[in-house]
Amino acid sequence: MQRVQGLGRSGAAGSAAPPVPELPAVPPMTAPELREVYRLMSSVRRLDEAAVAWQRQGILPAYAPLLGQEAAQVGSAFAVDRERDFLFPTYREAGVARTLGVDMVEYMSTHRATWHGGLWDAAEHRLAPIQAVVAGSVLHAVGWAHGQRLAAASPGDPQDPVGGLGVAVAYLGDGASSQGDVHEAMNIAAVFAAPVVFFVQNNGWAISVPTERQVAGGSVAARGAGYGMPALRIDGNDAEAVVSATRRALAYARAGRGPVIVEAVTYRRGPHSTADDPGRYRTLDDERRDAGADPLERLRARLLGEGLANEAFVAECDAAAAAEAEAVREGVLALGPRPGAEMFDLVFAEPTEELLRQKAQWRKESEHG
Amino acid sequence: MAEMTFGKAINAGLRRALERDPKVVLMGEDIGRLGGVFRITDGLQKDFGPHRVIDTPLAESGIMGTAIGMAYRGYRPVVEIQFDGFVYPAFDQIVSQVAKLHYRTRGHVRVPLTIRVPFGGGIGSPEHHSESPEAYFAHTPGLRVVAVSNPQDAYSMIQQAIASDDPVVFFEPKRRYHDRGEVDEGIGLEGPGGLSMGAARVAVPGEDVTLVSYGPLLKTCLDAAVAASDEGVSVEVIDLRSLSPVDYPVVEESVRRTGRLVIAHEAARSGGLGAEVAASITERCFYHLEHAPVRVTGFDIPYPYSKIEHHHLPDLDRILDGVDRALGRPNSLSGLEEGE
Repeated sequence: MQRVQGLGRSGAAGSAAPPVPELPAVPPMTAPELREVYRLMSSVRRLDEAAVAWQRQGILPAYAPLLGQEAAQVGSAFAVDRERDFLFPTYREAGVARTLGVDMVEYMSTHRATWHGGLWDAAEHRLAPIQAVVAGSVLHAVGWAHGQRLAAASPGDPQDPVGGLGVAVAYLGDGASSQGDVHEAMNIAAVFAAPVVFFVQNNGWAISVPTERQVAGGSVAARGAGYGMPALRIDGNDAEAVVSATRRALAYARAGRGPVIVEAVTYRRGPHSTADDPGRYRTLDDERRDAGADPLERLRARLLGEGLANEAFVAECDAAAAAEAEAVREGVLALGPRPGAEMFDLVFAEPTEELLRQKAQWRKESEHG
Repeated sequence: MAEMTFGKAINAGLRRALERDPKVVLMGEDIGRLGGVFRITDGLQKDFGPHRVIDTPLAESGIMGTAIGMAYRGYRPVVEIQFDGFVYPAFDQIVSQVAKLHYRTRGHVRVPLTIRVPFGGGIGSPEHHSESPEAYFAHTPGLRVVAVSNPQDAYSMIQQAIASDDPVVFFEPKRRYHDRGEVDEGIGLEGPGGLSMGAARVAVPGEDVTLVSYGPLLKTCLDAAVAASDEGVSVEVIDLRSLSPVDYPVVEESVRRTGRLVIAHEAARSGGLGAEVAASITERCFYHLEHAPVRVTGFDIPYPYSKIEHHHLPDLDRILDGVDRALGRPNSLSGLEEGE
């Protein structure tokens, strides 16, 4: 029989790779925190269901529902430091945006086909624009995070983080994890020890292809070992598990120890988008079997069961969520087309002569049209 | 004034940019201790430190995406792509992300990113090391694309590219890296002569034919102008400098005088810069043209192995032949092309 012998870093036969570091522990969530997360999840659930209805009503051309991922999205965004962290979403992160306090009319503008990426100020809200090239922004998170290290190494930098680094959070899914950019991002982040949390929502499906046909080995978190990077694989439908795991990952990155993967296992209860037809690739029985308990109902049951909130609180959250969704609906309806001149004016910081020429031509043609 | 090589001029320009703005950082493969495979960043990591001159993993898409994130964070990254043929792995990040981010964020995020690409053939390189990919980027809205042809422009324009708040793809003709020239180090972001990376330059004035080029072939075009003058033909050579946007007023003014236009580049013909310049000039001053615009370019073939690359690269004879065609004089295509 052939004998295969491994080599360690020292080159000495048989020595093992260094162990992946442990993440720090964090205290359990307080009752007010759990109630706040529930309030946000209620709001996100209502808004998400409303957005699907708006698409059916012709108000939105398309929408990508997040039904079932409320705990993963609200929990992870709830854990960040909104003063110094920066988040990079894909196109299914309405729950993240809502938790960060982004104006949801500005968020929905992209689904309203009013502006690609959304109308909010990315720098001010510390949330990058919506990203449909799903792995594209994962690298941006790494670069932003590396910038934190450079700033920390430059005394006098006005953005020099005090009391720990700002952390970038890169959102990605099981589908995006197949992209080469995700490997490059994780490798570069680990080589640079960049303070970034790769927050993977493994929702079981990349449009029509299930995780087992997408992710070799079945887990994105398992790849962390190869990068020497700590990784947590958690129940993404348990809000407290998400908050705690994200907090542990953030604390590790903030201390300058490097990147972390958090893989939140959840379930995409709805279609990929309002243009999708899940009946072609999974049955209702499959959905009932695989979805598990609803994350919002789980948290409600816990709050009520442990006496952390009462029925009146739940009713109040529901009423507030309904009122908010209605206000967003009115705002979305009022969103008209942007001025056409912006097509030309916003391409460059300093517009080119050629573009100004084309703009003048467009204006002339459109006025005569 | 100081005499220096093309490569040294870029190095000196990078040094000035690093001195001028603490947010300028260089990133790329082997650019630190090695100083880059062409030594363009020689000595910069030693003088500015590994935080400002960053050796990256071998991952062009990763480098580009990371640089975008640093731009989000307020930095002004300068990325070196090691060779032209290795810019393609970063193509998605450049086209979908770099070029669109200012637009998508309504100007809230600026991308003052410079992408340096040594390009072109003629140095006997292996496969994927001699490409001319400029047209892909000139076709992409949201990018500025420039090519430098001499040490002075290299020194000044690299500083202008880095200072630009918009992304710039900066093409460097690698076969000219060792050419020497006079460099006025007083001409940086601005200076006498109105040097600007967006402005085409009349390199040699002339009266009979307008010969437009950029990057590595500019020198060949200057040689062609001298050779043509021996035959009594006066060629005006224009260095485009900026490939997107093209400074058409300078080219148009020239063609209105000469009535004849030749465009020369190493890149393949179809869909290339030559086609764009020919079409635009024809639109702008059709009634001043005495002859159809003539393109002298590489063929529509994968870049050949270096033993025969000289067949592919436009040389002095092919450019002079193009000048003859524009003048309606006997040339290599006489009797071959309809209408010739």
